[in-house]
Amino acid sequence: MRLLGKTARKAGIGLVSAMALSTALSTAAQANELTLCWAAWDPANALVELSKEFEAQSGITMKYEFVPWPNFADRILNELNAGGKLCDLLIGDSQWLGGSAENGYYVKLNDFFDKEGIKMEDFAAAAVNAYATWPKGTPNYWALPAMGDANGWFYRKDWFENPEIMAEYKAKTGADLAPPKTWTELKQIAEFFQGRQINGQTVYGAAIFTERASEGITMGATSALYPYGFKYEMTPGKYDMEGAVNSAEAVAGLEMYKAIYDCCTPPGYTDSYMGEGLDAFKSGQVAMMMNWFAFMPGMAKDEKVGSVTGFFVNPAQNIPASTLGGQGISVVANTDNMEGALNYIKWFANPDVQKKWWALGGYAVHNAVLTDPGFKDSQPFAGAFLEAMNQVQDFWQEPAYAQLLQAMQKRLHDYVVAGNGTAKEALDGLIADWTVVFEEEGKL
Amino acid sequence: MAQPADLIGRAAAATPKRIAVKVKGMSDTAMAWLFIGPTMLLLLAINIFPLIWTIQLSFTNYRANRPNAEVENVGLRNYERILTDPDVWMTMQTTAQFVLWTIILQTVIGFALAYLIDRKFRGHAFWTTVILIPMMLSPAVVGNFWRFLYQPQIGLFNYIISFFTGVEPNSFEMLGSVNLAPWAIVIVDTWMWTPYVMLICLAGLRSIPDYIYEAAEVDRASPWRQFWSITLPMALPFIMLAVLFRGIENFKMFDMVVLLTGGGPGSVTEVASITLKRAAFEAWRTGYSSAFAIILFVAVFGLANIYVKALNKVKER
Repeated sequence: MRLLGKTARKAGIGLVSAMALSTALSTAAQANELTLCWAAWDPANALVELSKEFEAQSGITMKYEFVPWPNFADRILNELNAGGKLCDLLIGDSQWLGGSAENGYYVKLNDFFDKEGIKMEDFAAAAVNAYATWPKGTPNYWALPAMGDANGWFYRKDWFENPEIMAEYKAKTGADLAPPKTWTELKQIAEFFQGRQINGQTVYGAAIFTERASEGITMGATSALYPYGFKYEMTPGKYDMEGAVNSAEAVAGLEMYKAIYDCCTPPGYTDSYMGEGLDAFKSGQVAMMMNWFAFMPGMAKDEKVGSVTGFFVNPAQNIPASTLGGQGISVVANTDNMEGALNYIKWFANPDVQKKWWALGGYAVHNAVLTDPGFKDSQPFAGAFLEAMNQVQDFWQEPAYAQLLQAMQKRLHDYVVAGNGTAKEALDGLIADWTVVFEEEGKL
Repeated sequence: MAQPADLIGRAAAATPKRIAVKVKGMSDTAMAWLFIGPTMLLLLAINIFPLIWTIQLSFTNYRANRPNAEVENVGLRNYERILTDPDVWMTMQTTAQFVLWTIILQTVIGFALAYLIDRKFRGHAFWTTVILIPMMLSPAVVGNFWRFLYQPQIGLFNYIISFFTGVEPNSFEMLGSVNLAPWAIVIVDTWMWTPYVMLICLAGLRSIPDYIYEAAEVDRASPWRQFWSITLPMALPFIMLAVLFRGIENFKMFDMVVLLTGGGPGSVTEVASITLKRAAFEAWRTGYSSAFAIILFVAVFGLANIYVKALNKVKER
């Protein structure tokens, strides 16, 4: 019996030691690992390449959780709301800033920036405002601008520069065929190409965003609404939407988007976003495609269409404007490796790293990159990117942004794709929906 | 030592002594609770507790994405908002139409197929297997597969319609048209789940004894008369069971609609489960969506109860 007791005691000590060792090893492993969460797309691959340098310097192993775009918000916001520990670092959408800051999901970085000498003045002002601050525009930083992006346009340069097509366009419209400067010109060009036979194939005018479930049609339609003069509020911060959201200019912008959807998109283009647009463009179906600048480096290198693809900034109408994309990189408050995560931010903010980031295909917004004399000529889309980043406008960044976005998705899809009601009715309805949300939030 | 004759006695004899000593002296009721206890606990933990918690949340303004916000009791406000929201009623109407049409088509086609298969023609076993294939596929696979079939430029479906009607294949969009999109979903659901209804109906048909038909033949009853007086009434409980299963399943249809249309174009195919998911996990209106879930639960539970009573009456006839 005593022998059994001794054996049991030894076994117990062994078990406890093994558990302690395993816990210690696990903690050590966590201290040497960082998980970065982002969307699964081309720039994420560039970031993996870039981060190898950080791994070599710091001895920290980087792990990645890249989620396809349609599920990105669902997956990551669920993780944050559940208090999960999946992500140490998160490159999250700009719209998430309000909620993540107010709910304590992100670490406020002001003290860290001060301590490490990281200055927000070193980054493009529009990017800092959109990707780092909450409340918007105030010097409260919850992220470091990581990936500048805006909605832009891709076009078939070979078709636009084909003498026969150019002559035909001139004869038909009296204008020269060139990348459009206004939405009116864009529609005219799209109409010209719609149904045309090129290289024995029927082609279509333009691929635009019409996706219903997540954010697609909102991102697409705002690319028309902003240049026409759509605003969210009459007075910033007052939530007085009447006359701004449904202004005559906003109505005209939405009518234009629907007109392009009706006249000039490929058949079956009723629920399409980035992927569908890229497919349509790469397969030679469309003359122009709306899509994010983030895809331009990949498209420029595409074996099939890279050499015949041109890029242009979102056309103006009453004002120059582009829909903002892009993200900042935040430290998740729940991380077990705060020091490692902050070290990554410090490393990423370094101007040399930012230059490499741009070279690899990431859209750095550090002034050291953007103000470089050779920047505009460094890539065929660099000039357009600079122009776009100076005219970006963003969706609400409120904590209730998801509800606001859902309402806009519904109203826009109902009008543009389903053809219900008028543009004015859609925007009036949107104000009604948003008013309910802001009343619930206690802001109205 | 003589073996005890009864089952419990033999089980007790086979039980190790240390355990048997502890169990000895327990009443039958205690033993019964011992056996069903773990299952009851599991049921309470994963079914009853969430249900009670959902009911409690439905009276609050709780949001799962606002852990720091104060949770207020809002009484019946969530229920009032849902029941007076025209968009919610539109969603319920869409769901009801979807359930109605899929059930009608699946029951009619499923019963017809079962009737044919029951004839036991040459190769009927092979054809039964072939017919069952769609039911065995994952809804995610089916959704993506049909999305391609419905593609207006390259989709086979449009070409088949074009072949029979002469209309241009890319002149209509099954998933993008307000008028056609609901039918596109009904077609896919019918394609996938008719075999299930067929299986249940087949079980019903095979349960009818041959001697009843033989007696009818002796009475010179026509095949038509046999069908209406024997086949249909005797298979009816099975048909009703299939309708019940499909009704409950289709009321909560989600995956197929999301994959095919995402609720669009506009909101014409937005069924109740999609609205609920959007409110709960995209807008994070947890209190509101809990109330919505309870309303849906009560509706399905109430309708199913009425239906089961009707089913029992039919069985008693």
